[in-house]
Amino acid sequence: MSKTQLKEISQEIDIVCYHCGEICPSDAIHKDEKIFCCQGCKVVYEILNEKNLCTYYDLNESPGKTQQTLLLKNKYEYLDDAELTGKLLDFSDGKISTVTFFIPQMHCSSCIWLLENLFKIHHEILQSRVNFVEKKLSVSFQSNKISLRQVVELLAFIGYEPQISFEDVEKKSVENVNKKLYYKVGLAGFGFGNIMLLSFPEYLSIDVSSESLRTIFSYVIFLLSLPLLFYCGSEYFISAFKGLRKKFVNIDVPLSLGIVALFGKSAFEIFTHGSPGYMDSFAGLMFFLLLGKIFQNKTYDVLNFDRNYKSFFPISVTVKKNGNEKSIPLSQLKIGERIVVKNGELIPADAILFYGEGNIDYSFVTGESAPVGKVVGEMIYAGGRQIGSSIELEVLKDVSQSYLTQLWNNFQAKSGVEFSFTGIANSLSKYFTFAILLIAVLAFIYWIRIDANIAITAFITVLIVACPCALAMSTPFTLGNTLRIFGKNDFYVKNIRVLEDMAKVDTIVWDKTGTLTKSGETEIEFTGAILSSEENTLVKSLVRNSNHPLSKKIFTAIKESSLLKVENFIEIAGQGIQGEIAGQRIKIGGESFFALNKAKEGEETIYESIPIPVSSEVYLSINDVVKGKYKIQNKYRDEADLVIKQTQKKYDSYLLSGDNETEKSYLVNLFENEEKVFFRQSPLAKLNFIKKLQMGKQKILMLGDGLNDAGALAQSNVGISISEDILNFTPASDAILNAKMLKNLPTFLNFTAISLKIIYASFCISILYNFVGLYFAVQGLLSPLFSAILMPLSSISVVVFTTLTTTFFAKRKGLL
Amino acid sequence: MSVIVVLILFSMMVAGGFLVAFLWAVKSGQYDDKYTPSVRMLFDDKEQTILNEKTNKTNS
Repeated sequence: MSKTQLKEISQEIDIVCYHCGEICPSDAIHKDEKIFCCQGCKVVYEILNEKNLCTYYDLNESPGKTQQTLLLKNKYEYLDDAELTGKLLDFSDGKISTVTFFIPQMHCSSCIWLLENLFKIHHEILQSRVNFVEKKLSVSFQSNKISLRQVVELLAFIGYEPQISFEDVEKKSVENVNKKLYYKVGLAGFGFGNIMLLSFPEYLSIDVSSESLRTIFSYVIFLLSLPLLFYCGSEYFISAFKGLRKKFVNIDVPLSLGIVALFGKSAFEIFTHGSPGYMDSFAGLMFFLLLGKIFQNKTYDVLNFDRNYKSFFPISVTVKKNGNEKSIPLSQLKIGERIVVKNGELIPADAILFYGEGNIDYSFVTGESAPVGKVVGEMIYAGGRQIGSSIELEVLKDVSQSYLTQLWNNFQAKSGVEFSFTGIANSLSKYFTFAILLIAVLAFIYWIRIDANIAITAFITVLIVACPCALAMSTPFTLGNTLRIFGKNDFYVKNIRVLEDMAKVDTIVWDKTGTLTKSGETEIEFTGAILSSEENTLVKSLVRNSNHPLSKKIFTAIKESSLLKVENFIEIAGQGIQGEIAGQRIKIGGESFFALNKAKEGEETIYESIPIPVSSEVYLSINDVVKGKYKIQNKYRDEADLVIKQTQKKYDSYLLSGDNETEKSYLVNLFENEEKVFFRQSPLAKLNFIKKLQMGKQKILMLGDGLNDAGALAQSNVGISISEDILNFTPASDAILNAKMLKNLPTFLNFTAISLKIIYASFCISILYNFVGLYFAVQGLLSPLFSAILMPLSSISVVVFTTLTTTFFAKRKGLL
Repeated sequence: MSVIVVLILFSMMVAGGFLVAFLWAVKSGQYDDKYTPSVRMLFDDKEQTILNEKTNKTNS
């Protein structure tokens, strides 16, 4: 049997659209000596040109978004609903309203420029301001003259369609934790600087002429240190207290112990001797600790790791009641109501198809690109997208009770695991705390027989000098730096705890569709007899009449360009198409389509033996002779096989696919073991599989993409979601990886292991410092000056060591 | 001695002023978006002035 490979039309012309940079078709539109790929791009250009906004094109080349996909006319009808818009607006006084949109399409300075010049296009828009990092645009407009819907439609028209989701409506007021940290660091820095200045006479042993001046200095220092203890240090005490109450010694316990010892000893010195004691060490410690916190808190504001189903669902649905269509907010949708879902809309709840022809694209849920046909009376799960004509559905379950949303919801509670009780530093701190307490007590016992005063000093100074600030800082600085390096390589990790988990992983579980294969990109392969050019033309002419995605794929895959007239065209939904061209009868369809006419086939029976029809295969017959079949094949990511081969050496690898077994032989070969490759896995089955592995004490890293992986991703120790466009859809996960960077996965895993080694090395450094300090402390000889030098020095050297080594190794691994 | 006390008071006030300025800057959101302003400042209103000139010319 011969094999004909039909590749998608190769790009022959290299003329790109002035507006969007897409390659123009041969019938491109010319205007003002510029070329546009479509009418839409030209119109946008004309508007910008008319309003004198062509700087847009000067700042960057072809900055626009292609207009080839047309906007649906009534898409934003729901924005006319006053109650809903009220929830979306940030502020409104009846005349002027302010609203903030999330616009993922923003990508360059031209975008910023145009979006901030909206007022030039529409004079009722007063001001618009971009936050590029968060991809947000806040617009204030005269709401009595222009409606929110018009604003959104204007944005959509110029190519910046805002993403408005159900979640926006139920806005959660997110307290900005970052701001609070900045306050604390500012305050600590202020205290640290001033206390150091005031301690200078002590450092230099300048003979202060009058004793009262020294006392005044000390009191000022005391006043300055109060906010540092109570405001800046509060979270350490709270965390330590929480840990102890749960009978767990976390890193904040020895830290708090050190802080309290430092502050208490110094306060005692101030009020008894009028000398500032160790206050400068105390302030420095607070400052460096908080600085470490800022470093580790680097977050990717624009990415949302904890999305729930709400961010993907529309905010309103069209309900049909007594023959009238009405748009209502999704939250008010009730069981039993009849909803209308139009072309391209998402099905918000599990429902039964009531009227119309369902052609559901579940790519959003499963990553599977071929749409599924549904007939009246069939159940449709939420999350699918209708393609084609509108359908009517009867809602079976609440939005939050639907099959997929429920699966997702189970995990929302789990994701908020207490932060402070995991991590390397925390697991070590138990031994550390007991060790220093033991040393302190021993020193006290030794000295108490000789001198009670020295005994107390020794006891407290041991606590001070052993304060594991360097220990507490090595993790945030090392992993914070790693996080940043990964971010530069399009691998966005939620937080540093995920990195620690990543280093412990011993098993990798892969999803197939959309993870190993490219989502939305497929190859059409024809197997069977070799088709002549005339025959190809016949097929192309026939499929042109059908809107089915498969037909369209076949259409683009056939290179012949001439088209013939089709007569007696019939399309049977979900089965196939047929027609007559120049007296020849051509049929394309699934097996069932041919089964209807099996008697006529007669001589051609070779394809009868093919088991289980697969929806991604269609047969072709010309004049009732079966010529072969078109098969849609997933395209594997370029280096997917390489990555699997590499990771397999070190990690136990499994594949869970929601798909059928068509590609079994290839995958079994790739994974080298038939028992590690699983097909037809439901979302729940994937989740249970992960649970089963975890019961065997395996630490799992899962890579997935669709909503169907959401449960499994959340359950696994580290869930990475892969996405071609990181701003688009990703299920809740611990990290988001740009699909292009999949080839770097082994490097990422390797680098996390290196990072952990760096942390251990820096622990050693900090312990060395501790030994030096302890040597003096147990003898009761630790002077405030010595401590003021030793403590910042140990902090700084740990910081410098960790950042330098991580950067060095990143460069060696080619990550920087 | 009293000179030094006055100096300390004064220096504290200056430093405190900077601290307040910093806290205010954080509060007013100047640390929220550290990227966009750097791009925004590079845009010039050249186009607008040319437009004005044009309209002036046509008016006269």
